Amino acid sequence: MERSRRSFLKILGISTLGLGTLSSVDLLAKAEMGKAAFAPDPQGMTGKRWALVVDVKKLDEETTQKAIEACHLIHNVPDYGDDEEIKWIWTDKYEHAFPGTEHAYLAEEIEEKPFLLLCNHCANPPCVRVCPTQATWQRGDGVVMMDQHRCIGCRYCMAACPFGARSFNWKDPRTTYFKDKEPPNPKYPTRTKGVVEKCNLCAERLAVGEMPACVEAVKDSKAIVFGDLEDPHSEVREVLHEHFAIRRKPELGTNPNVYYIV
Amino acid sequence: MYNKGLVITGIVIFVVFFTSPFLIGLVKSGPPPEPELTPKAKLAKQCVEAKEYMVESHMQMLNDWRNQAVREGKRIYVATDGKEYTVSLQNTCMDCHSNKSKFCDQCHNYAEVNPYCWECHIAPKEKL
Repeated sequence: MERSRRSFLKILGISTLGLGTLSSVDLLAKAEMGKAAFAPDPQGMTGKRWALVVDVKKLDEETTQKAIEACHLIHNVPDYGDDEEIKWIWTDKYEHAFPGTEHAYLAEEIEEKPFLLLCNHCANPPCVRVCPTQATWQRGDGVVMMDQHRCIGCRYCMAACPFGARSFNWKDPRTTYFKDKEPPNPKYPTRTKGVVEKCNLCAERLAVGEMPACVEAVKDSKAIVFGDLEDPHSEVREVLHEHFAIRRKPELGTNPNVYYIV
Repeated sequence: MYNKGLVITGIVIFVVFFTSPFLIGLVKSGPPPEPELTPKAKLAKQCVEAKEYMVESHMQMLNDWRNQAVREGKRIYVATDGKEYTVSLQNTCMDCHSNKSKFCDQCHNYAEVNPYCWECHIAPKEKL
Protein backbone atom coordinates (compact mmCIF):
# COMPACT_ATOMS: atom_id res chain seq x y z
CA MET A 1 0.00 0.00 0.00
CA GLU A 2 1.31 3.37 -1.07
CA ARG A 3 0.90 6.09 1.54
CA SER A 4 1.39 9.76 0.72
CA ARG A 5 3.83 11.79 2.74
CA ARG A 6 0.88 13.97 3.78
CA SER A 7 -1.15 11.16 5.32
CA PHE A 8 1.96 9.72 7.00
CA LEU A 9 2.64 13.05 8.70
CA LYS A 10 -0.99 13.25 9.80
CA ILE A 11 -0.81 9.87 11.47
CA LEU A 12 2.49 10.81 13.07
CA GLY A 13 1.03 14.04 14.43
CA ILE A 14 -2.05 12.37 15.85
CA SER A 15 -0.06 9.65 17.55
CA THR A 16 2.29 12.19 19.11
CA LEU A 17 -0.68 14.08 20.46
CA GLY A 18 -2.18 10.87 21.82
CA LEU A 19 1.01 9.84 23.56
CA GLY A 20 1.36 13.33 25.00
CA THR A 21 -2.14 13.25 26.47
CA LEU A 22 -1.55 9.82 27.92
CA SER A 23 1.52 10.93 29.80
CA SER A 24 -0.14 14.11 31.04
CA VAL A 25 -3.12 12.10 32.29
CA ASP A 26 -0.60 9.95 34.11
CA LEU A 27 1.05 13.04 35.58
CA LEU A 28 -2.31 14.44 36.66
CA ALA A 29 -3.11 11.19 38.43
CA LYS A 30 0.17 11.48 40.27
CA ALA A 31 -0.60 15.12 41.10
CA GLU A 32 -3.82 13.90 42.69
CA MET A 33 -1.65 11.88 45.03
CA GLY A 34 0.31 15.06 45.71
CA LYS A 35 -2.65 16.35 47.68
CA ALA A 36 -1.18 14.58 50.65
CA ALA A 37 0.55 17.08 52.94
CA PHE A 38 2.90 17.28 55.88
CA ALA A 39 2.33 19.28 59.02
CA PRO A 40 4.09 19.79 62.33
CA ASP A 41 2.46 18.28 65.39
CA PRO A 42 0.17 20.95 66.91
CA GLN A 43 1.34 19.82 70.35
CA GLY A 44 4.96 20.44 69.45
CA MET A 45 6.92 23.19 71.14
CA THR A 46 7.81 26.18 69.06
CA GLY A 47 10.47 28.72 69.87
CA LYS A 48 13.00 31.00 68.25
CA ARG A 49 16.12 30.14 70.21
CA TRP A 50 16.05 27.24 72.59
CA ALA A 51 18.47 27.39 75.47
CA LEU A 52 19.39 25.50 78.62
CA VAL A 53 20.42 26.94 81.94
CA VAL A 54 22.33 24.49 84.12
CA ASP A 55 22.37 25.39 87.80
CA VAL A 56 25.57 23.73 88.91
CA LYS A 57 24.80 24.34 92.58
CA LYS A 58 21.70 22.19 92.37
CA LEU A 59 23.44 19.37 90.52
CA ASP A 60 25.10 16.87 92.80
CA GLU A 61 26.80 13.84 91.37
CA GLU A 62 23.71 11.69 91.62
CA THR A 63 21.38 14.07 89.74
CA THR A 64 24.07 14.61 87.13
CA GLN A 65 24.20 10.88 86.51
CA LYS A 66 20.41 10.77 86.34
CA ALA A 67 20.36 13.34 83.55
CA ILE A 68 23.06 11.50 81.62
CA GLU A 69 21.39 8.16 82.01
CA ALA A 70 17.99 9.47 80.89
CA CYS A 71 19.49 10.90 77.72
CA HIS A 72 21.53 7.84 76.87
CA LEU A 73 18.65 5.43 77.43
CA ILE A 74 16.24 7.43 75.31
CA HIS A 75 18.67 7.86 72.43
CA ASN A 76 20.25 4.41 72.50
CA VAL A 77 23.70 5.84 73.16
CA PRO A 78 26.25 3.07 73.65
CA ASP A 79 28.71 3.18 76.54
CA TYR A 80 31.96 1.77 75.20
CA GLY A 81 34.05 2.99 78.08
CA ASP A 82 37.15 3.51 75.94
CA ASP A 83 38.56 6.27 73.74
CA GLU A 84 35.95 5.54 71.10
CA GLU A 85 33.27 6.80 73.48
CA ILE A 86 30.04 8.35 72.22
CA LYS A 87 29.11 11.57 73.99
CA TRP A 88 25.73 13.24 73.99
CA ILE A 89 25.90 14.57 77.49
CA TRP A 90 28.89 14.04 79.72
CA THR A 91 30.91 15.52 82.57
CA ASP A 92 34.30 17.14 82.86
CA LYS A 93 36.23 19.24 85.34
CA TYR A 94 35.84 23.00 85.59
CA GLU A 95 39.31 23.72 84.19
CA HIS A 96 38.48 21.74 81.04
CA ALA A 97 34.98 23.08 80.65
CA PHE A 98 35.94 26.72 81.17
CA PRO A 99 39.64 26.91 80.26
CA GLY A 100 41.35 30.19 80.98
CA THR A 101 39.09 31.02 83.91
CA GLU A 102 40.66 28.53 86.31
CA HIS A 103 43.29 29.52 88.82
CA ALA A 104 45.27 27.95 91.61
CA TYR A 105 42.91 29.15 94.37
CA LEU A 106 39.60 27.91 93.01
CA ALA A 107 37.06 26.81 95.58
CA GLU A 108 37.51 23.09 96.04
CA GLU A 109 33.85 22.53 95.44
CA ILE A 110 34.14 24.00 91.94
CA GLU A 111 37.51 22.51 91.15
CA GLU A 112 36.45 18.93 91.80
CA LYS A 113 32.85 19.14 90.65
CA PRO A 114 31.88 17.18 87.52
CA PHE A 115 30.32 19.77 85.20
CA LEU A 116 27.46 18.59 83.04
CA LEU A 117 28.38 19.27 79.42
CA LEU A 118 26.51 18.84 76.17
CA CYS A 119 26.18 20.38 72.73
CA ASN A 120 25.80 24.13 73.16
CA HIS A 121 23.49 24.51 70.17
CA CYS A 122 25.46 27.61 69.29
CA ALA A 123 23.69 30.47 67.58
CA ASN A 124 26.71 30.68 65.27
CA PRO A 125 27.64 27.01 64.92
CA PRO A 126 31.04 26.32 63.33
CA CYS A 127 30.12 22.67 62.76
CA VAL A 128 27.33 23.71 60.43
CA ARG A 129 29.61 25.96 58.40
CA VAL A 130 32.04 23.17 57.62
CA CYS A 131 29.60 20.32 56.92
CA PRO A 132 29.93 19.51 53.20
CA THR A 133 26.60 17.69 52.95
CA GLN A 134 24.45 19.80 55.23
CA ALA A 135 24.01 16.71 57.36
CA THR A 136 24.23 19.09 60.28
CA TRP A 137 22.34 22.34 60.13
CA GLN A 138 20.63 24.90 62.30
CA ARG A 139 16.86 24.85 62.55
CA GLY A 140 14.72 27.94 62.85
CA ASP A 141 14.33 27.32 66.58
CA GLY A 142 18.09 27.23 67.10
CA VAL A 143 18.55 23.47 67.42
CA VAL A 144 21.72 22.32 65.69
CA MET A 145 20.40 19.12 64.16
CA MET A 146 22.02 16.04 62.70
CA ASP A 147 20.59 14.18 59.75
CA GLN A 148 22.22 10.77 60.13
CA HIS A 149 21.03 9.83 56.66
CA ARG A 150 23.26 12.45 55.10
CA CYS A 151 26.37 12.19 57.23
CA ILE A 152 29.34 10.89 55.26
CA GLY A 153 31.60 10.71 58.29
CA CYS A 154 34.20 13.25 57.15
CA ARG A 155 34.49 14.56 60.75
CA TYR A 156 35.04 18.18 59.72
CA CYS A 157 32.37 19.10 62.26
CA MET A 158 34.32 17.37 65.01
CA ALA A 159 37.37 19.41 64.13
CA ALA A 160 35.29 22.58 64.03
CA CYS A 161 33.44 22.13 67.32
CA PRO A 162 35.44 23.78 70.12
CA PHE A 163 33.44 21.94 72.79
CA GLY A 164 34.12 18.33 71.84
CA ALA A 165 30.41 17.76 71.61
CA ARG A 166 30.58 15.43 68.63
CA SER A 167 31.51 11.77 68.52
CA PHE A 168 32.38 9.52 65.63
CA ASN A 169 31.11 5.97 65.35
CA TRP A 170 34.31 4.03 64.85
CA LYS A 171 32.33 0.82 65.07
CA ASP A 172 28.79 -0.26 64.45
CA PRO A 173 26.93 -0.03 67.78
CA ARG A 174 24.50 -2.73 66.68
CA THR A 175 27.21 -5.33 66.17
CA THR A 176 29.28 -4.30 69.18
CA TYR A 177 27.64 -2.67 72.19
CA PHE A 178 24.10 -3.77 71.33
CA LYS A 179 25.15 -7.18 70.04
CA ASP A 180 23.87 -9.14 73.00
CA LYS A 181 21.45 -6.64 74.43
CA GLU A 182 18.54 -4.76 72.97
CA PRO A 183 18.87 -1.03 72.42
CA PRO A 184 16.96 0.39 75.40
CA ASN A 185 14.51 2.52 73.41
CA PRO A 186 12.87 0.57 70.56
CA LYS A 187 11.17 3.75 69.35
CA TYR A 188 14.40 5.55 68.54
CA PRO A 189 17.06 4.45 66.04
CA THR A 190 20.66 3.71 66.84
CA ARG A 191 23.45 5.04 64.67
CA THR A 192 25.62 3.15 62.25
CA LYS A 193 29.35 2.86 61.71
CA GLY A 194 30.94 5.90 60.11
CA VAL A 195 28.58 8.69 61.16
CA VAL A 196 29.03 11.52 63.63
CA GLU A 197 26.47 11.99 66.37
CA LYS A 198 25.70 14.41 69.17
CA CYS A 199 22.95 15.83 71.35
CA ASN A 200 19.94 16.87 69.27
CA LEU A 201 18.30 18.80 72.12
CA CYS A 202 15.65 16.06 72.02
CA ALA A 203 14.20 17.40 68.77
CA GLU A 204 12.00 14.30 68.60
CA ARG A 205 10.58 15.09 72.05
CA LEU A 206 10.13 18.81 71.42
CA ALA A 207 8.16 17.85 68.31
CA VAL A 208 5.49 16.20 70.46
CA GLY A 209 5.55 18.78 73.22
CA GLU A 210 7.87 17.06 75.68
CA MET A 211 10.81 18.60 77.53
CA PRO A 212 14.34 17.42 76.73
CA ALA A 213 15.13 14.17 78.54
CA CYS A 214 17.88 15.64 80.77
CA VAL A 215 15.62 18.48 81.89
CA GLU A 216 12.82 16.08 82.69
CA ALA A 217 15.11 13.67 84.56
CA VAL A 218 16.16 16.36 87.05
CA LYS A 219 12.94 18.32 87.14
CA ASP A 220 12.46 17.82 90.88
CA SER A 221 15.60 19.80 91.58
CA LYS A 222 15.00 22.26 88.72
CA ALA A 223 18.72 22.03 88.08
CA ILE A 224 18.34 22.35 84.31
CA VAL A 225 15.92 24.88 82.88
CA PHE A 226 14.83 24.81 79.26
CA GLY A 227 13.17 27.58 77.28
CA ASP A 228 13.15 30.17 74.55
CA LEU A 229 15.72 32.95 74.94
CA GLU A 230 13.78 35.22 72.61
CA ASP A 231 10.72 35.04 74.79
CA PRO A 232 11.21 37.58 77.63
CA HIS A 233 8.76 35.72 79.86
CA SER A 234 10.30 32.29 79.45
CA GLU A 235 11.74 30.43 82.41
CA VAL A 236 15.29 30.61 81.05
CA ARG A 237 15.09 34.37 80.77
CA GLU A 238 13.75 34.67 84.30
CA VAL A 239 16.51 32.49 85.68
CA LEU A 240 19.16 34.37 83.73
CA HIS A 241 17.72 37.64 84.98
CA GLU A 242 18.05 36.55 88.58
CA HIS A 243 21.41 34.79 88.48
CA PHE A 244 24.83 35.42 87.08
CA ALA A 245 25.57 32.77 84.48
CA ILE A 246 28.56 31.93 82.32
CA ARG A 247 28.97 30.11 79.05
CA ARG A 248 31.73 27.89 77.70
CA LYS A 249 34.40 29.66 75.61
CA PRO A 250 32.27 32.68 74.68
CA GLU A 251 35.39 34.41 73.32
CA LEU A 252 35.29 32.12 70.27
CA GLY A 253 32.14 33.85 69.08
CA THR A 254 30.03 30.76 68.54
CA ASN A 255 27.40 32.20 70.86
CA PRO A 256 26.58 29.08 72.92
CA ASN A 257 23.04 28.59 74.20
CA VAL A 258 23.87 26.55 77.29
CA TYR A 259 24.35 28.71 80.38
CA TYR A 260 25.89 27.71 83.70
CA ILE A 261 25.03 29.21 87.08
CA VAL A 262 28.12 28.53 89.23
CA MET B 1 19.36 -14.34 0.67
CA TYR B 2 22.55 -16.36 0.67
CA ASN B 3 23.21 -19.04 3.30
CA LYS B 4 19.77 -18.63 4.76
CA GLY B 5 20.05 -21.59 7.11
CA LEU B 6 23.40 -20.56 8.52
CA VAL B 7 22.47 -16.92 8.98
CA ILE B 8 19.20 -17.65 10.76
CA THR B 9 20.78 -20.26 13.02
CA GLY B 10 23.52 -17.76 13.76
CA ILE B 11 21.00 -15.10 14.72
CA VAL B 12 19.09 -17.52 16.96
CA ILE B 13 22.27 -18.63 18.71
CA PHE B 14 23.30 -15.00 19.14
CA VAL B 15 19.94 -14.01 20.67
CA VAL B 16 19.84 -16.99 23.01
CA PHE B 17 23.45 -16.45 24.08
CA PHE B 18 23.05 -12.78 24.86
CA THR B 19 19.72 -13.11 26.65
CA SER B 20 20.86 -16.19 28.57
CA PRO B 21 21.58 -14.32 31.83
CA PHE B 22 18.02 -13.02 31.87
CA LEU B 23 16.56 -16.39 30.91
CA ILE B 24 18.57 -18.22 33.55
CA GLY B 25 17.57 -15.61 36.11
CA LEU B 26 13.94 -16.03 35.18
CA VAL B 27 14.07 -19.77 35.70
CA LYS B 28 16.21 -19.62 38.82
CA SER B 29 14.35 -16.93 40.73
CA GLY B 30 10.87 -18.18 40.05
CA PRO B 31 7.78 -16.05 40.54
CA PRO B 32 8.11 -12.88 42.64
CA PRO B 33 7.09 -13.30 46.30
CA GLU B 34 3.91 -11.66 47.56
CA PRO B 35 4.39 -9.45 50.60
CA GLU B 36 2.53 -10.95 53.53
CA LEU B 37 0.19 -8.83 55.62
CA THR B 38 -0.09 -9.11 59.36
CA PRO B 39 -3.61 -9.45 60.81
CA LYS B 40 -3.34 -5.84 61.95
CA ALA B 41 -2.45 -4.65 58.46
CA LYS B 42 -5.29 -6.70 56.98
CA LEU B 43 -7.73 -5.20 59.43
CA ALA B 44 -6.74 -1.68 58.45
CA LYS B 45 -7.73 -2.48 54.84
CA GLN B 46 -5.71 0.41 53.44
CA CYS B 47 -2.19 1.62 54.00
CA VAL B 48 -1.53 5.36 54.29
CA GLU B 49 -2.19 5.59 50.54
CA ALA B 50 -3.70 3.26 47.93
CA LYS B 51 -2.05 -0.11 47.53
CA GLU B 52 -0.92 0.49 43.94
CA TYR B 53 0.75 3.72 44.97
CA MET B 54 2.46 2.07 47.91
CA VAL B 55 3.76 -0.79 45.76
CA GLU B 56 5.06 1.58 43.13
CA SER B 57 6.30 4.49 45.21
CA HIS B 58 6.91 3.45 48.81
CA MET B 59 10.61 4.22 48.44
CA GLN B 60 9.90 7.73 47.21
CA MET B 61 7.40 8.20 50.00
CA LEU B 62 9.85 7.03 52.64
CA ASN B 63 12.35 9.49 51.25
CA ASP B 64 9.80 12.30 51.55
CA TRP B 65 8.84 11.19 55.05
CA ARG B 66 12.44 11.19 56.14
CA ASN B 67 13.12 14.65 54.74
CA GLN B 68 9.94 16.15 56.11
CA ALA B 69 10.36 14.69 59.59
CA VAL B 70 14.08 15.17 60.08
CA ARG B 71 14.77 18.29 58.09
CA GLU B 72 11.48 20.20 58.11
CA GLY B 73 10.28 19.00 61.50
CA LYS B 74 6.89 18.10 60.04
CA ARG B 75 6.01 14.82 61.67
CA ILE B 76 2.35 14.51 60.73
CA TYR B 77 1.35 13.12 57.34
CA VAL B 78 -2.05 14.14 56.06
CA ALA B 79 -2.91 11.43 53.54
CA THR B 80 -4.89 11.97 50.35
CA ASP B 81 -8.01 10.73 52.13
CA GLY B 82 -7.48 13.25 54.94
CA LYS B 83 -6.36 10.77 57.59
CA GLU B 84 -3.38 11.76 59.72
CA TYR B 85 -0.38 9.61 60.49
CA THR B 86 2.81 10.09 62.47
CA VAL B 87 5.71 10.26 60.06
CA SER B 88 7.89 7.41 61.26
CA LEU B 89 9.19 4.29 59.59
CA GLN B 90 10.11 2.66 62.85
CA ASN B 91 6.95 3.52 64.77
CA THR B 92 4.20 3.90 62.16
CA CYS B 93 5.01 1.65 59.18
CA MET B 94 6.44 -1.14 61.27
CA ASP B 95 3.61 -0.96 63.77
CA CYS B 96 1.30 -2.55 61.20
CA HIS B 97 3.93 -4.28 59.10
CA SER B 98 5.65 -5.88 62.04
CA ASN B 99 6.64 -8.86 59.91
CA LYS B 100 9.70 -7.33 58.30
CA SER B 101 11.10 -10.59 56.94
CA LYS B 102 7.89 -11.44 55.09
CA PHE B 103 6.80 -7.92 54.25
CA CYS B 104 10.04 -6.14 53.34
CA ASP B 105 12.90 -8.55 53.06
CA GLN B 106 11.64 -11.25 50.75
CA CYS B 107 10.81 -8.79 47.96
CA HIS B 108 13.97 -6.81 48.50
CA ASN B 109 16.02 -10.00 48.38
CA TYR B 110 14.21 -11.11 45.27
CA ALA B 111 14.90 -7.79 43.56
CA GLU B 112 18.43 -7.64 44.98
CA VAL B 113 17.97 -4.24 46.57
CA ASN B 114 19.64 -3.55 49.89
CA PRO B 115 18.09 -0.55 51.62
CA TYR B 116 20.17 0.31 54.66
CA CYS B 117 17.24 1.39 56.85
CA TRP B 118 17.89 -1.29 59.45
CA GLU B 119 21.49 -0.44 60.14
CA CYS B 120 20.08 2.28 62.39
CA HIS B 121 16.32 1.87 62.64
CA ILE B 122 15.24 -0.90 64.93
CA ALA B 123 13.06 -3.54 63.34
CA PRO B 124 10.18 -4.96 65.33
CA LYS B 125 10.82 -8.31 66.97
CA GLU B 126 9.31 -11.13 65.04
CA LYS B 127 7.99 -14.34 66.46
CA LEU B 128 9.71 -17.08 64.57
